[in-house]
Amino acid sequence: MTDEMMEEGTVKKFLYVNRKAPYGTIYALESLEVVLIAAAFEQDVSLLFVDDGVFQLKKGQDTKGIEQKNFSPTYRALEGYDIEKLYVEKESMEARGLTEDDLVVPVEVLTREQIGELMDGMDVVLSF
Amino acid sequence: MKFSILVNEGPYTHQASDSAYLFAKAALEKGHEIFRVFFYHDGVNNATRFTAPPQDDRNVTARWSQLAADHNIDLVVCVAAALRRGILDESEAKRQGKDGNNLAPGFRISGLGQLIEAGIQSDRLVVFGD
Repeated sequence: MTDEMMEEGTVKKFLYVNRKAPYGTIYALESLEVVLIAAAFEQDVSLLFVDDGVFQLKKGQDTKGIEQKNFSPTYRALEGYDIEKLYVEKESMEARGLTEDDLVVPVEVLTREQIGELMDGMDVVLSF
Repeated sequence: MKFSILVNEGPYTHQASDSAYLFAKAALEKGHEIFRVFFYHDGVNNATRFTAPPQDDRNVTARWSQLAADHNIDLVVCVAAALRRGILDESEAKRQGKDGNNLAPGFRISGLGQLIEAGIQSDRLVVFGD
């Protein structure tokens, strides 16, 4: 951390919007890397999963066939980083035949309309 | 207003780099400040000086370097994303045992913390990507 950062006591509300499937592109994995770094900055962090991004949290991921690392266990570790605000869009889940029981972590399910309000209350919105 | 910019896509394939550049330029012309431009995902490919587009096309990398030189803008490339994609400065090339480096002038390689810091320090963080 630079001195510049240390002297700033600013706490902002960061929202990380995850929109892509966990595999096929690198967005989900690299987004998770940002979130893990962000945890060290003592900011107010929330994660949102919409569109195919809801698949990132799906239980039972098996990546052997594509020779890539299954990083879904990392979502369960987020709690240890004090990242506990995980939101999932109801419409995205329903469109993909998923329920909360299919997910690796407990989440708060919000409607599309509620997500608009959630975003409105954020200082920084990063979408991946 | 103090802006920072996040570029998440590579040049040429995707318009995000162009839009980000044009946004930065327009903001500066209007008297705003650009605190930092952060390159992530394939966006790190904006930073290779080995880019050699046809002469009648824009040179995305050279354009960033010029902007940095003219306005003293901090162009930061994520180290993890850069190393995955073969974007190296001199010291990383040495550390990784590679026979060359390709980071363009005006860019520097650093960590993701620089992105978070940009979010904290700036009035707005604008994301350009897919």
